[in-house]
Amino acid sequence: MKRTIGTTFASVMVLSLMMAGVASAETVYNRGNDTDPTTLDIDKTTTVAEANLSRDLYEGLVVYDANAKVVPGVAKSWDVSDDGKTYTFHLRDDAKWSNGDPVKASDFVFAFRRLENPKTAATYANIQYVIKNAEAVNKGDMPPEKLGVKAIDDHTLEIDLENPTPYFLELLTHQTALPLHQKSVEKYGSDFTKPGNLVTDGAYKLKSFTPNEKIVMVKNDNYYDADNVQIDTVNYIPFEDRSACLRRFQANEVQSCSDIPAEQIDYMKKNLGDQVHIAPYLGTYYLPIDVREKKLSDPRVRKAISLVIDRQFLADEIWRGTMLPGYSMVPPGIGNYFDPVYIESKGKDLFDREDEAKKLLKEAGVQPGDLTVELRYNTSENHKNTMTAVADMLKNIGIKAKLVEMEGTGYFDYLKSGAKYDIARAGWIGDYSDPQNFLFLFKSQNDGFNYPHWKNQKYDQLMQKASTMQDLHARSKVLSQAEQLLLSKMPIIPVMYYSSRSLVSKNLKGWKDNIQNVHITRYMSIEK
Amino acid sequence: MFSYVIRRFGSALPTLFIVITLSFFMIRLAPGGPFDLQRPLDPLIMQHLKHAYHFDEPLWKQYLLYLNNLAHFDLGPSFTRRDFSVLDLFRTGLPVSIELGGFALLIALVVGSILGAFAALKQNSWNDYGVVALATLGITIPTFVIAPLLSLVFGVMLDWLPAGGWGGGDFSHVILPVVTLALPQIGIIARLTRGATIEALRSNHVRTARAYGLPSFVVVGVHAMRAAILPVVSYLGPTAAALLTGSVVVETIFGVPGIGRYFVQGALGRDYTLVMGTVIVVAVFVIVFNLIVDILYALLDPRVRFD
Repeated sequence: MKRTIGTTFASVMVLSLMMAGVASAETVYNRGNDTDPTTLDIDKTTTVAEANLSRDLYEGLVVYDANAKVVPGVAKSWDVSDDGKTYTFHLRDDAKWSNGDPVKASDFVFAFRRLENPKTAATYANIQYVIKNAEAVNKGDMPPEKLGVKAIDDHTLEIDLENPTPYFLELLTHQTALPLHQKSVEKYGSDFTKPGNLVTDGAYKLKSFTPNEKIVMVKNDNYYDADNVQIDTVNYIPFEDRSACLRRFQANEVQSCSDIPAEQIDYMKKNLGDQVHIAPYLGTYYLPIDVREKKLSDPRVRKAISLVIDRQFLADEIWRGTMLPGYSMVPPGIGNYFDPVYIESKGKDLFDREDEAKKLLKEAGVQPGDLTVELRYNTSENHKNTMTAVADMLKNIGIKAKLVEMEGTGYFDYLKSGAKYDIARAGWIGDYSDPQNFLFLFKSQNDGFNYPHWKNQKYDQLMQKASTMQDLHARSKVLSQAEQLLLSKMPIIPVMYYSSRSLVSKNLKGWKDNIQNVHITRYMSIEK
Repeated sequence: MFSYVIRRFGSALPTLFIVITLSFFMIRLAPGGPFDLQRPLDPLIMQHLKHAYHFDEPLWKQYLLYLNNLAHFDLGPSFTRRDFSVLDLFRTGLPVSIELGGFALLIALVVGSILGAFAALKQNSWNDYGVVALATLGITIPTFVIAPLLSLVFGVMLDWLPAGGWGGGDFSHVILPVVTLALPQIGIIARLTRGATIEALRSNHVRTARAYGLPSFVVVGVHAMRAAILPVVSYLGPTAAALLTGSVVVETIFGVPGIGRYFVQGALGRDYTLVMGTVIVVAVFVIVFNLIVDILYALLDPRVRFD
């Protein structure tokens, strides 16, 4: 009898252990990403694919929630001085690095100094130039110690800004504002990003990185909210071929794709239903016009061109509904913008617009058939189709257009180099949700980004004025004026707004579409 | 033979040097550089980056620096994959490409030569026409059509095999990419073997062998095949080099982490060192396999001598 009880007890134990094993079976999320990262060194990253990785590996002072609203992260609270130029962050006591070390204010100081140190050659150092002395440090005019970021104690961080910057908290969600584990960075040097060396403070830690195959991340048990992290392993799989992701999605081998093959959109909508997610995104597709060119230097000519572009057609037919018709440079739904403005022709009938365009051309002294423009674009089937359609639309008002295709890297190098062109295409995806991030592109001094080479003193003054304002509503009005000016002079023609396009398995819970297209794995779970 | 191999390697070095020099300067002629992204960098930051990677030095200095590193077996850092050196990338990618290409080569050789010999022996029969038609089909349908098709049919619809991924190179993940790579080669080898076998069957030495009254399998298997395999062997040299150094189409479509994609990724991203590294690897493979072919030739064909 005694033995029987013992045996039964043992069997129950074994059985319950097995049950526990089943219950805690590892949850794996195979996550399609656009490409592999250039690097996991957050100070040297630029792409959306890299931002996705950094958001799972690291946690900054503030983070995005599932709806891309800014919420406390490592900082549990913060105070802003009356002049809006000093932020004091109070850090959580329980934030830890993946090796168990506490996350301290000094880790942020170290990371910000490293970012601005010219020796680091950080690709995005300029995005944090709003921090006091950041630009001077990055230029090498000041030592990194002069940067306006200091640790008052282990749990208090103070950041001084050059100007009151209403979007500063948004900026802190960027990967350039993440902390770094000082000891491991100093110990391993440029090898600190290697699996086994990389120490991170986010919900996940790096396990392995096989180029062109996958990056494996596993749950970080030292993360303060680890109990609520439901997915154990994330495999980030790069898909340069979007159709390959679609096939693996259909074969249940991946649970989400970060992009879709737009040409198969009708098939996907039919077969995958609401697993196809198309949502407004913080980005604008626009046509810069070289205003130095005499033939296009008259705003009336540029306006005429804008008038005959059928944006609805481009978005619905050429891009099969994966883009939205665009009527402004600043995309709708952006934060801190209460007075959005649009081009005048929005909502007007196409035939009326054509008449108006012909009138404008006549006023500008352009006879039908006189004007020939080159439409320049970088290699891509969709860009080509877009420009072909635009060329066709221009024909309606007697403007002849030639297409000029260039390979990607050479194309952007060409636009930046200051070489002459007529009309080109470009896209801009916002780094943070604030109109300034779209309007600063066309400041006179902004050589790298101001493709049209447009110089307007009034515009510069308005942008300068907005940069010192603290009252969000008053500032928004000034930025609106700037955009109004931009749209009336039209050195760029906004054509479409981007939308984020993803495939999301019905088993993947917690994915919420948002304008930033940010989807942090720790908010998600997988239903078996 | 030993001295022949040494001589051949000796003459390969200048070839390699010319290849390296030409490609070093040619890739630099392409507009833009590794840091010219769609999103332009601040000029100051660009300057920092160029300085960090010695791009601000004159080109001849960069060239000498590259040669010096190369002499120390250092292929430099990758600019588009900055967590890895070019050598790191090959260390993880090359075994994958060799596994994939090796299997494909083996299958193509075995299946292709058997089909070809079979067709030759049954010349002008339906069997022959069938093989020729299949071979032509294999050659004409491009891999970028076959690959997604196989993935769709066997991965998505039938769900027999993974639709993509490498899975550490396990059997199930290897099948579809290997078949995709092997199919056109089977076609080519079958046709080559068929033609050469037909010719060999009519040649004098085979006729002599028959006249001696040797059994048919000896005539075909030893005397005819030995001659028939020669064009296949010479075709295999460059083909083996190409297959073993990866295929950009197959690797992209199936998500295979080989080195096939690095040449295109490197060229588009102006990753100078990665492009150079790939060129060197491919060049070495071509040189080595051509040498192997020449040696095999001499062993198979008594008319060819090492000197």
